[in-house]
This record gives sequence, structure tokens and C-alpha cells, in this order.
Amino acid sequence: MTTLPTQTDKKLGLVIDLDTCVGCHACVISCKGWNTENYGAPLSDQNAYGADNSGTFLNRVHSFEVQPEAADAAAQLIHFPKSCLHCEDAPCVTVCPTGASYKRVEDGIVLVNESDCIGCGLCAWACPYGARELDQAEGVMKKCTLCVDRIYNENLPEEDRQPACVRTCPAGARHFGDLGDPDSDVSKLVAERGGMDLMPEQGTKPVNKYLPPRPKDAMPEFDVLAPFLEPVAQEPKGFLGWLDKTLEKL
Amino acid sequence: MHPAPSVIFFTVFSGLGFGLLTWLGLGYPSVTGWTAFAFFAIAYAMAVGGLLSSTFHLGRPERAIKAFTQWRSSWLSREAWCAVGALVAMGLYGAGLVFLGERYSLLGIIGAALSMATVFTTSMIYTQLKTIPRWNMPVTPVKFLSLSLAGGALLSGQVTAALVLLIIAGAVQLLTWSMGDKALAASGTDMASATGLGGIGKVRAFEPPHTGTNYLLREFVHEIGRKHSQKLRIISLVLMVALPVILLALPFSHFLALLAVISHVAGVLTARWLFFAEAEHVVGLYYGKR
Ligand code: SF4
Ligand code: SF4
Ligand code: SF4
Repeated sequence: MTTLPTQTDKKLGLVIDLDTCVGCHACVISCKGWNTENYGAPLSDQNAYGADNSGTFLNRVHSFEVQPEAADAAAQLIHFPKSCLHCEDAPCVTVCPTGASYKRVEDGIVLVNESDCIGCGLCAWACPYGARELDQAEGVMKKCTLCVDRIYNENLPEEDRQPACVRTCPAGARHFGDLGDPDSDVSKLVAERGGMDLMPEQGTKPVNKYLPPRPKDAMPEFDVLAPFLEPVAQEPKGFLGWLDKTLEKL
Repeated sequence: MHPAPSVIFFTVFSGLGFGLLTWLGLGYPSVTGWTAFAFFAIAYAMAVGGLLSSTFHLGRPERAIKAFTQWRSSWLSREAWCAVGALVAMGLYGAGLVFLGERYSLLGIIGAALSMATVFTTSMIYTQLKTIPRWNMPVTPVKFLSLSLAGGALLSGQVTAALVLLIIAGAVQLLTWSMGDKALAASGTDMASATGLGGIGKVRAFEPPHTGTNYLLREFVHEIGRKHSQKLRIISLVLMVALPVILLALPFSHFLALLAVISHVAGVLTARWLFFAEAEHVVGLYYGKR
């Protein structure tokens, strides 16, 4: 059924730290690697070595520049990984005509049953975050599975029973756990760092949380005499000064 | 949104076809025998042709039958049911008219109601999407329904009704444009809320996640098409409403009526192209686009 469960036993999801992400895209590659070889259809590429290459990814890293209001404040660059947020009120699930999209009652993971999907694309239209991509080779919808085939996989060593993107992140910017349990490590992290929802006004109630960048340190005045020094000539003199005045008059 | 020809064709012709079926179901014009056959053939060609074309944008059309399963939650599934119901009811009603010369009016009314329900469910597929504020308005279904009724009246030769309904549909279209232009800003979704970084300062997309294009950009971000949108709005309104109204107001002739139909269809196609091309999906904000 594509109606949503009223409640899920757990709320498994990711916590992504925008302060520590270095924008290396390692999670993008490990996600593609794992998910191409495991659950469901492979993530295809089209014209991978040509001029207009394109392909299916379940996790992508944007980079944003943020310019603070204060005139002397330097711009900040923030790398921004984005994958399915496993929303509690997932609009992608209710629009699906076939029942291929569903949210699991036991852990809240949002999945696509690929053998039922007709590739109508409506669920991708309904997702505000761009977390779903229609695979061009397979004709079915692909999305982050929260690595459901790793986290419960008893054939893997215990330290590998977490999503591929979390396991691979060299900066420790991605965390996995139960966000429905207030005592879990991820819930504590969210409480401590003021974890936030993306597009809260869309009413999707995302399970995944984003930790905002920590405030930047203020640069201390490193030379007490500097303010008293004669500034470098601001007004051009000589020929340049004449040119400046002449051009000014024109 | 990418204005996919298959979806434009589908919504325009199924809207016209079910609009015509609605009028036929209500007994306007009251025809039997071969004349009825001709009317029903046109209506079915449009409605079924439109529905078939909608399957062209499916990744897996061979499984389309599964779309009937989720009518409890999905508007797309409800649309599938209404369309089949309308086509069956109107098929039986039409067979009565054509072959038996009998008008089963209750069946016709049911068929007409299901035809309008089909147009309504189609419009709700778009209206329900909060991700596309321009569509997420109660006026969207009103537009689809008024346009379908107006087109149906035109096709079924109901001159007076067509005149009135065309003007209403044109007014509703103008209203959706003026409301739609403010919808994204009013939705409160912007780059600040998309990234959650607005508290620090002004957010700008610095580098996209990929060097090439991808499904999301192809499907949801269509900025180029909007360049001529004001001109296209005028063209579509003239073709869709103004010209047919003038042609219908002139002394009736079949040739002028045919011209009115052609002009109307061309206008609706243009307006529907704009409906998609102008629609901003909020995912574009992650790319600094709209
Ligand atoms: S992020 Fe998108 S795909 Fe994932 S659950 Fe939310 S709406 Fe659905
Ligand atoms: S693309 Fe597949 S999963 Fe998505 S709404 Fe259509 S049938 Fe459902
Ligand atoms: S949880 Fe798994 S599928 Fe989801 S983004 Fe991470 S690696 Fe990809």
C-alpha cells in the first residue's frame, strides 16, 4: 500500500555534518559502487566517457557559497551532501500509483519495489529534495535505500554494518542511527548541535538531519601598531592622478 | 518542468475527448445512428489517443496495469479507474445510441460524471504537488475542468454554451497565470530554506554536484522555455479563446466552426506547453535555478 504508516518502530536515518564535510565526494562514489553491485538494478551511466555524460546517483554533493551580512565578513563555502531524507510524511510514497514506493513500518526506510515500478516518475516530481532519479537504462525509479542490504547484513563484519557512505567518509561527516530514540548517539548529536530539517515548510518531516556549520572564529587584530601606520597612497599622483581627474570630468 | 510532448498531448486530447463525452452523455447534441457514431468516434479517438500517449513517458509501460492498485492514496491510480469507468459507461451508452437508436439517459449521466471525474483526477495529479507551487493551487482543477467543458461544447456544436464557457475558461486561465506568478515566492521555499543556511547569510550555488547534466535537471529545470512566456501567453489566449469566440459569434457555418476548433486546440496545446515550461520545481533551488 502506498498509504503511509502512522508510526514506525524505529526512525533510521542519517545525520550530516555541514561543518566537517570537506566535499571530497567519497560518499558519492562508495554509494554508487555499493548500490550498483547490490540491491536492485545497477545504477547506469549514459555516454559515460562522452561529452554529455550523465548517470544515476543516489547521493550527490552540492557546494554553496554563503555571504554573511556583515560587510567585512568573508564568504563561506559549504559542501552539502544530499540523499533521501526518509521523510516521515513522504509525499513520494502516497503519489505512487502502483504501490512500488513504500515506507517500512519496522524502521521507517523508504524503498522502491523495482518489479512493481512502472517508471512514471511521479514520485520524483513529489520529492522536494531531488532524492529520486529514474534510471535511464532500467526504466525504474532509484533512490537511497539507507543501505538496507548492509545495515542488517550478518555476512558483513560488524563495523561494516552501516551505510556505505557513512563507512567511507574520511571526515566523519555522516552519521547513521535511530533518530526515533532520544538516547541514541545521533539524536544526542542533533540535540547538541541544533540539527535542522531541510525545507520544513514542505511538511515532509524528514528523518535525516543536517548539522549547521559552527560559527567562524573572529580574526584577532594581530599587530597593535598596524592601525597607526600611514596607509599606502590612496590618491593617485602625477600622470595617473591627471588621468584620473581627466577621466572623471568626461 | 520539462514540457514532454507525450504528456502535453495526453492532457490536451484526453481533456477534449472527455469534455466531448460529457456533452454527449448529457444528450447534447441528441444524436443517434451514424451521426452519433461519428461524434463518439471523435471523442474516443481523442480520449483513448491521449491516454495511450501518456504511456509513452513510462519507463516500464508493460506494467501499466499495476497503476490500478493504489486508488486509496494515489490520484494517478484514481485517474486510471475513472478513465476506464468513463470509457466503459460511455461505450455502452454510445452503442445504445448508434446501434439501437435508444438513449439510456441514466447511463449517459453516469458516463458524463465519470468523464468529468477523469479530468478532475488528472488535474489533481498536478495540483497535489507541493513541490511545484505554481500548480499547487485550488484554481488548477477549475482550469482543467472549465477548459474541458468549453472544448467539449465547441466540439459538440453547442454554440451558446461554448461561447460562455470559452470566456469563463479564458478568465480562469488568466487567473492561474496571475496567481501562479506569485506562487513560488508565497510558498516560502527558497535557497535559504532548501539549504538551511539562510541564517548565516545569502546563499549562492557555487558548484553543482556533477559536471554533466542529470535526470533532475532534464526533468525539473527548464529555464530557457520561459524566455518568451509573455508572448506565448498572449498567443495561446488568442488562439484558445478570442478567435474561437469571434468565429462562433459570426453567422454559423461548418467551415467557421471547424476553424474555431482548430484554433482552440492549437491554443490549448500552447497553453499546456507553458503550464509545464513555466512550472518551477523547488529542487531547482539546490542548483541555484528555478
Ligand atoms: S527525501 Fe524525497 S524520496 Fe526521500 S522520503 Fe523524502 S520525499 Fe521521499
Ligand atoms: S516511478 Fe515507480 S515508484 Fe515512482 S511513482 Fe511511478 S511507479 Fe511508483
Ligand atoms: S545510505 Fe547507502 S544508498 Fe543511501 S546515500 Fe548512503 S550509501 Fe547511498
